[in-house]
Amino acid sequence: MPQHTFTVNGRSVTVEAPDDLPTLWALRDKLGVTGPKYGCGINVCKACTSHLDGAAFNPCVTPVAEVAGRSVTTIEGLADGDTLHPVQQAWLEQDVAQCGYCQPGQIMAAAALLERTDDPTDADIDAIENVCRCGSYFRVRQAIKRAAELRRAR
Amino acid sequence: MTRFRRRAMLTLLVAAPTLTVAGELLPTAAQAAVPTLPQLADLVDLGDVLILAGAPTAHMLVLRVDTDGTATLRLPRAEVGQGITTAAAMLVAEELDLPLDRVHVELDDARPELSSSQLTGSSNAIRSLYGPVRRAAATARARLVAAAAARLRTVDLRTRDGLVVAGDGRTARYGELAAAAAEPSLLVGPVITKPDRDLRVIGTPANRIDARAMVTGQQRYTLDLDVPGARPTMVRRPPTINGRVAAVANEAAVRAMPGVLAVAVVATGVAVVAETFGQALDAKDALVVSWTAGTVDGESDATVSTRLRAAAAGFGGPPLLGQAVDAEFDFAFVSHAPMETNSAIADVRADRAEIWSALKSPVQVQSGIAQALGMAEDDVTVHVVQGGGSFGRRLFGDAAVEAALISQAVGMPVKLMWSRVDDMRHGRARAASHHKIRVVHALGSVLSLDHRVAAVETDFGHGVGDAVTANAEQLPVADDLAFPNIVFRTTVKSPYNFGLTNQSLVEVPMGFHTGSWRSVYSANTRGAEEIVVDEVAEAAGKDPVAFRREHLKTARQRAVLDKVAAEGRWGRAMPAGFAQGVGFHDEYKSCVAYLVEIDARDPRAPRVLKATCAVDVGRAVNPRGLESQMLGGLTDAISTTLRAGLHIDAGLPLEGSYSQFHYARQKDSPTDVRVFVMPATGDPGGAGELGVPAAVGAIANAYARATGVKPRSFPLVFPVDFEPYPR
Repeated sequence: MPQHTFTVNGRSVTVEAPDDLPTLWALRDKLGVTGPKYGCGINVCKACTSHLDGAAFNPCVTPVAEVAGRSVTTIEGLADGDTLHPVQQAWLEQDVAQCGYCQPGQIMAAAALLERTDDPTDADIDAIENVCRCGSYFRVRQAIKRAAELRRAR
Repeated sequence: MTRFRRRAMLTLLVAAPTLTVAGELLPTAAQAAVPTLPQLADLVDLGDVLILAGAPTAHMLVLRVDTDGTATLRLPRAEVGQGITTAAAMLVAEELDLPLDRVHVELDDARPELSSSQLTGSSNAIRSLYGPVRRAAATARARLVAAAAARLRTVDLRTRDGLVVAGDGRTARYGELAAAAAEPSLLVGPVITKPDRDLRVIGTPANRIDARAMVTGQQRYTLDLDVPGARPTMVRRPPTINGRVAAVANEAAVRAMPGVLAVAVVATGVAVVAETFGQALDAKDALVVSWTAGTVDGESDATVSTRLRAAAAGFGGPPLLGQAVDAEFDFAFVSHAPMETNSAIADVRADRAEIWSALKSPVQVQSGIAQALGMAEDDVTVHVVQGGGSFGRRLFGDAAVEAALISQAVGMPVKLMWSRVDDMRHGRARAASHHKIRVVHALGSVLSLDHRVAAVETDFGHGVGDAVTANAEQLPVADDLAFPNIVFRTTVKSPYNFGLTNQSLVEVPMGFHTGSWRSVYSANTRGAEEIVVDEVAEAAGKDPVAFRREHLKTARQRAVLDKVAAEGRWGRAMPAGFAQGVGFHDEYKSCVAYLVEIDARDPRAPRVLKATCAVDVGRAVNPRGLESQMLGGLTDAISTTLRAGLHIDAGLPLEGSYSQFHYARQKDSPTDVRVFVMPATGDPGGAGELGVPAAVGAIANAYARATGVKPRSFPLVFPVDFEPYPR
């Protein structure tokens, strides 16, 4: 069985898995990193959204061999110790979550958006495709705008 | 799984359960509109029936105060996003005078002794818990005060922030008093909950108690639990509904695939247990299985429509007097599609079983699992896990039963996950329905409303169904109602004085996997009626808001409508292709109105741009949580009115994922949403499902006004714009 070494939330890990095993299952089933969620397995619901070398990616369709030697950040690694990321802080302020299941993906998508643009427009936010079946979209939108403010103020 | 870890005070509470069944009985007479006699749901609604069913055990709540000064409530309900754990914590914090962050809420395991009071449905959690949880917390507070009286040798005591404070300034912390307060011999004064004027926590917006866990990835759902030895498990399901395995051609080859640990044929298909879900998925897809026929293979959208149209009787010719506004509506099946697919963990041994799943009727599921495994109920432990959405779906415990049977078959603990395709095709759905509505009006007055609903049978084979059946004889109706009509008539009513009012349901049993979906019959039934209200207003030459105002039955309803019309700037000028629409709904002892603005310049690509909502739930325990529910109901209505539904082909939904089932995304959602919570006037009504029917009406009415097209078939934009997955 091939071995794959990569970084997860700043920690070097090695997993033994077939090359084509989706990274989502390497994270969840082999490493116990359960923040990224399964919702579809085909990169349409985006509940697993995490970061690969700082950019948003979807581990449900990314073979584990592709992340070897690279740096994966999941929702668990977004905060700096006890200091929440501005997106997480804004999510608390706006009380965005309902069932919460999609929110790790929503937050990671929002954090990646803010890395690309520090003042996102409504059109930029509309381009986030993550499904929230509880329908919290308006609060997600408000929280992204608030996170942009918090981030600019830091 | 949490046991009593610390030395604790345990109160098992005995307080008198109460039942209130009288609502506003009669419409006020001084109105031009033709009054309508009260309907059954005006007198006794489904929530009342469920409160009645749960009454004997509703007070059997476990609340403990620990030596660290925190309180923990074991809540016999499911949390699936609706915010009931936060609201329950607020009730405890209020009556115990303890800061909210020192109140914990844990979901109770299935407790068979609770019977129908351990049930989460019908927007009834707050209605059924408001009294019992407050009395539990008030009892705990009275015991702490009694313990403090003995210690401080004074009765001049009050409580604040987790302290008992004496008149001379001495204090005792709850944590210090917990053990003494648990002494059975303690003499305790009368237990009195706070009068409304003293409420400080109830009615004050609060954030979810689990919000930080959710934004940091620490919130645990069923498949995130680390149950020792439980392995990823998936099931290869039939290409039809209810097909059974005839033969597996390559079982040995699949067993030899990397990571595969076990393969077993079960009633629902072929289960594969593997080291990872990725490997379980590959292995179940590699199985070569032949199947027996399914039970609905001959059905499709066309056959469903034919059956439903035939089942709802027409109105014949024109009315004897007055003018008729007639309309017919069709609603497609809709998947519940919670983000967390159907899932459960089961560890079944020779003499006992332990189950973990998000369950809204866990007592009934425990009984079902015991029966399926051939065990006694006492040998089956069912843990209720916080769920990733429900919308009615988790009233059924099918994943838990399936996981238990697989664990028994393979002889190891299993972690069962349904794929998204399975969840959408083999899960449950809101039943398709057909509606024939006639409103007769003459000389500006509405004389009658007749609404005949035909729907594919909704499966109530869960805890709510059991509770209703057990209490049906206590309903104040002369005739013997068949089961679906009990639910229909205790939930569906018209808020308007429309003269002679008749709303009736004929259910057509067709063998589909259905289940009540947020607001059950009301989303379609009342949503369609709200469209007709606009059309009757137009026929009478009246403005839709003014017309509703003239016909609503109560001042409370009119206040909600007035609020939304004022805040939403009803009647403001809009460019061509844009329009406002309004909708109203009254249920669960609550009422709500939405006013939306839509951009339908392209009628095939409409977008709701703005929404205003006014809601009166009697008393909002957590206004911020209530706003979340109104936002969720709005998004559900945007989805199901405009684009989200299931196409049935040869018995199976074509849709298999969110790329095909078009539940709204961010780009479909309004950029401006405001929710106005009306001032408290009494005890809390229900809220979780309340928003959907009014929002359906508002969106459809806005679409009609923007496009000039009468909305009749839902969802309005519903092409098969995808290549279906192989069956």
